[in-house]
Amino acid sequence: MNLKNISRTTRQNLVTYAIVIVAFAVIQVMSAAGMLSNSLTGQLIPICSYIIMAVSLNLTVGVLGELSLGHAGFMSVGAFSSAFFSVAVGDALPTWLTMILALLIGTAVAGVFGILIGIPVLRLQGDYLAIVTLAFGEIIKNLLNAFYIGIDGSGLHISMKDANALNMDESGRVIIKGAQGITGVNRMSTFTIGFVLVLITLVIVLNLIHSRTGRAIMSIRDNRIAAESVGINVTKYKMIAFTISAALAGMAGALYAHSLATVVAKKFDYNTSILILVFVVVGGMGNIRGSVIAAAILTVLPELLRSFSDYRMLVYAIVLILMMLFKQSPQIRSFCASVWERLRFGRLQAFFDRKKAQNTKKGA
Amino acid sequence: MEFLSNLVNGISLGSVYAVIALGYTMVYGIARMLNFAHGDIIMVGGYICFIVMTSLGLPSIVGILAAVVVCTILGITIERVAYKPLRSAPSLAVLITAIGVSYLLQNLALLIWGSDPKSFTSVVSMEPLRLFDGSLVITGETIVTIVVSAIIMAALTLFVNRTKVGHAMLAVSEDKGAAQLMGINVNATISLTFAIGSALAAVAGVLLCSAQPSLLPTTGAMPGIKAFVAAVFGGIGSIPGAMIGGVLLGIIEILSKYYISSQISDAIVFAVLIVVLLVRPAGILGKQIREKV
Amino acid sequence: MKKFVSAVLAGCMALSLAACGNSASSASTASTGGASEGSNGTTVIKIGGIGPVTGAAAVYGNAVKLGAEIAVEEINAKGGIQYEFKFEDDENDAEKSINAYNNLKDWGMQILMGTVTSTPCIAVAAETSADNMFQITPSGSAEDCIATDNAFRVCFSDPEQGTLSAEYISENNLATKIAIIYDSSDVYSSGIHDAFVAKAEELGLEIVCDEKFTSDSNKDFSAQVSKAQSSGADLLFLPIYYNEASLILTRADAVGYEPLVFGCDGLDGLVSVENFDTALAEGVMLMTPFTAAATDEMTTSFVAAYEEKSGGETPNQFAADAYDAIYAIDAAIQKAGVTADMSYSDICDALKTAITEIELDGLTGKGITWDASGAPTKTPAVYIIENGVYVAA
Repeated sequence: MNLKNISRTTRQNLVTYAIVIVAFAVIQVMSAAGMLSNSLTGQLIPICSYIIMAVSLNLTVGVLGELSLGHAGFMSVGAFSSAFFSVAVGDALPTWLTMILALLIGTAVAGVFGILIGIPVLRLQGDYLAIVTLAFGEIIKNLLNAFYIGIDGSGLHISMKDANALNMDESGRVIIKGAQGITGVNRMSTFTIGFVLVLITLVIVLNLIHSRTGRAIMSIRDNRIAAESVGINVTKYKMIAFTISAALAGMAGALYAHSLATVVAKKFDYNTSILILVFVVVGGMGNIRGSVIAAAILTVLPELLRSFSDYRMLVYAIVLILMMLFKQSPQIRSFCASVWERLRFGRLQAFFDRKKAQNTKKGA
Repeated sequence: MEFLSNLVNGISLGSVYAVIALGYTMVYGIARMLNFAHGDIIMVGGYICFIVMTSLGLPSIVGILAAVVVCTILGITIERVAYKPLRSAPSLAVLITAIGVSYLLQNLALLIWGSDPKSFTSVVSMEPLRLFDGSLVITGETIVTIVVSAIIMAALTLFVNRTKVGHAMLAVSEDKGAAQLMGINVNATISLTFAIGSALAAVAGVLLCSAQPSLLPTTGAMPGIKAFVAAVFGGIGSIPGAMIGGVLLGIIEILSKYYISSQISDAIVFAVLIVVLLVRPAGILGKQIREKV
Repeated sequence: MKKFVSAVLAGCMALSLAACGNSASSASTASTGGASEGSNGTTVIKIGGIGPVTGAAAVYGNAVKLGAEIAVEEINAKGGIQYEFKFEDDENDAEKSINAYNNLKDWGMQILMGTVTSTPCIAVAAETSADNMFQITPSGSAEDCIATDNAFRVCFSDPEQGTLSAEYISENNLATKIAIIYDSSDVYSSGIHDAFVAKAEELGLEIVCDEKFTSDSNKDFSAQVSKAQSSGADLLFLPIYYNEASLILTRADAVGYEPLVFGCDGLDGLVSVENFDTALAEGVMLMTPFTAAATDEMTTSFVAAYEEKSGGETPNQFAADAYDAIYAIDAAIQKAGVTADMSYSDICDALKTAITEIELDGLTGKGITWDASGAPTKTPAVYIIENGVYVAA
C-alpha cells in the first residue's frame, strides 16, 4: 500500500490511532517490566474514561458547534445504570458477560437520555443551550441524590424519602442509597477494556466526521441557514450528533463506575462537565487527536503537581490560565514565535549541540 | 399567612440572587463572556469586609468601601491579565480562562484565610420587622437587600441609557467593530464594564454574607451559578431582567422547598428555567434577536 | 501552528509518562523493603493519610492532618519506634482518593490512616483490602467504610449515633414532637437520620417535621426553619455539621423560634466558629465523644498544641479522631512487635489481630477497644452549651 495514495484525512486518522495504540503498547511493556508507578497505574482507567468523555464532547462542541455544560450528566446516567445492573446481577453471570452487558446498558440508557434531553435542548441556541444543558446535568445529579432503590423477592422498590421507606422484606438489598450512591461495585474495568473502548470511540467519531452525515453536521455548525437551504434536515443531524455524544459519555460512565468500588451522583456535577470542556478546548475544538492528548495530560497533571502539596490546585489553576493564554492569545503567540525564531539559530542551537556532545561522551 | 411568609422569604433570597445577577448580566451584555469567576469575586468581597470589620474592628461602612475598592482593582487586574489578551480568541477560550481564574481565587482564599468557616457580622443593624403578632417576620437584611438591588438596577439603567459612557457600552455590546469605527475605545469600555461588575460583586458579597452569615472559600461558587441562572431566566444582558429573574428564582426555590420537597428544590428551579427558555428562548425580558438572512 | 501545538502536547505527554516512570523506579525499591532510613539512623514506619485539604470539605481534611501530625510528633519525641507521616489531598472525591492512595504507596506507605470522608473511604477500602494494607479511618462513618477485615475506624458509625440520640432523647423525656433538618446529599447526615427515624418510631417519639437540604443549597434555611416552626415541634434534631447548624440557629433566632436543639458530633465546633455569636448556641445539646472544652490534661495539652500549629484554631472531633487513630496504630504496633522492615502486608496481618487486643485511653474516650468488625467500643457523652462553653448534661 502506498502511503501517498491515501487521502490526507485518512492519514491524519491513522496517526491518531497510531498514537493511542503506541501509548497502550508502551504502557503495557512498562507495566510488564515493573517500571510503572502505582500512581500512574491507578489512573489508567480514569484516563481512558476522560478520553472518551472528551472525544464525545468534542462531537457536540467542536463538530456540531453547540456548547454543552452538562456532559457529566450523561456520564452519570451511564455510570448509575450500568453499576445498578452489575450490582443487581451480582455473581449470577460470568464477569466478562456482566461487564459487556453493563457497558451496553450504560451506553443505551445514556443514549435514550440523549434523545429525551436533545429534543428540547436543541431548539435553543448558543449560551441558552449551554445553560439548559447545565440545568439538565444538575437536575440529574439532584434527582439521583434523592433516589433509594432496592430489590427483594417481590421486585424493585423505589423511594425518594429514605431507605426505611422502601418497605422491603428480609431478602431485600438496597442498591442505590441516595447520597451514598451505589456501593460494592465489582471493579471489573481493566486498562485493556478502557483501551478497546477508546479505540471504538475513535472509530465511531472519526468515521462519523468524515462521512456524509459528519459533513452535514459540520455544515450546520458553519452556517445553519445555508445548510437548511440545501435541504439538510438540521434537527435530525443535530439529534444524531447529540445522541451519539451522549451514548459515548454513558459508555465512559460505565467504564468509570466499574473502576471504583462506589459511585456517587455528586461526582458528576457541573465541575466535572466543565473539566471535560477544558480538555476539549485545550486540545482544540473539533480536533479529536487534541482531545485525546489533552484529556490524558490534564488528568495526570494534578497528580504530577502533588509535590507542591498545599499549593497544588493553585499551580494547576495558573497552568490552566497560562495554557489558554499561550494557545489562544495572538499577541503572546506572535511574541513566542519571534522569540523562538531568534533562539532557534542562536543559543538554543548551541545548547543542543552541547547536549549532543555530552550524550555521545556518556555513550562512550 | 403561611404563604405570605414564604413569599417574603423567597423575595429575600431572590434579592440576593438579583444583586449578583446584575453584575453577571452587565459583564455578559457588554463583553459577551460568561464570567465564571464572578462568584469568586463575591467571595473575596465577603472576606475583605469580614477582615476590616471583625479583625480590624472598623465600622461596617469602611468594610463595604474596602471590599468595593479591592474587588474593583481585582476585577480590572483579572481582566487585564487573563481576559484582554484573548479578546479576539473564540469565546470558549475566555470561558476556560475564567474557570481557571475561579479555581485560582478559590485556592488563594483557602491558602490565605484557611478552610474554617467564619461567621459574618451582618452590616445591617436594623431590627427585624414583626407583623401580625410575629407570624410574619421580615429581617433587616431582606429590606436592605431589596432596596439596594432596586437602587442598583435603577442606577445602572440610568447610567447605561443616559450617559455617554453608557451609550458607548450599548454600542460595544451591539457591534464591536462599528463602535470602534465611531471612535469608541472598545478596550477601555470593556475594562470599565469589568470594574463596575466587580464593584457590584463586592456589594453583592457583603449582602450575601449578611443574609447567610457563613464565609468559606467556596461561598461564592453556588450563588454564582444560581445568579447566572437568574440572569438567563430574566434574559441575559437585560438589567431589569436580572432583577426579575433573581427574585423569581428565589421565590420558586423557597416555595418548592416548602410545598414540594426541600431535597429536590434545585431540580425544580432548573426545570422551571428549562420550561421558560423553551417558551421564551431568550429569557423573560431578553431581546429576541432575529436572524438576518 | 496546529501541528506545532500538537507536537508540544505530545511531547508533554511523553515527558509526563517518563516522570511517572522515574518515580516508579524509586518506589519499587521502597515497596519491596518497605523501610527507609530516618535522619537519625533509626528506621521509621511510614504512615500515610488521605483527606480533602482543598475544596468544600477542606475543613475536615485539614483538621485530621493537623491532629495526626501532632500525635506523630509526640510519639516520635518519646523515642522508641519512629514514624514518618505524609498526608495527601483527595478533594473529597473517590477517584482522587485512589490516586492519593497509589501516590502514597509509591512513597512507601506501610499503614494508612484515612480516609477522612465516607465515599472516598469506601473506594479506598476496596483497594487496601486487595493489597492487604492496614487501614484505620478517623472519621469515615458510613457502615461500608470498614466492611473489609483490614479496615478499622475511630469514630462512631452513623447508624449508632442516630440510634443513641433517639434513645437519649426518649430516656430523658426531652421531647414528644421532633423536627429534623438534615443534609440529604451527605452520607454522614442521612446515615444518622435514617437510623434515628427508625429508632424514634420504635420508641414512640413523634417526628412531626422531616426536612432536608443539599450541599448545593445549604445557605438559606428560611423554608426549613419556618416549616419546623409551624409544625409545633419542641425539639429540633440537627444531625449535620456545625457550619450549616450555625446558619439554622441564626435563622431560627431571627424568626423567634426557640426549640431545644439536639445534635451529634458534627455540631462540635459550633462555638469556635470565628466571630459566631455564641448566644445563639445557648442551650444546644450535642452528643459527642470529644469536646475541646474538656479539662483533662490530655485534652488541654492537645488543644494547646493544635492552636499553636494551626495559628489559633480550636480542634474539632476530626482532629481528635485522627490523634487517637495514630495512637491506636502505635499501641497496636507495640503490641504486635511490628518493625519498620516488614512489608505492608505482613504489618496488616499483625495489626489486624493486635488492634483487637489493645485498650486505648484517647481523646475521644477512655478504654476504647476494637473488635474484628473494625468498629470501636466507646461511650459518647452529652453536653449542653451554656454561656458559650460545654457543660456535661
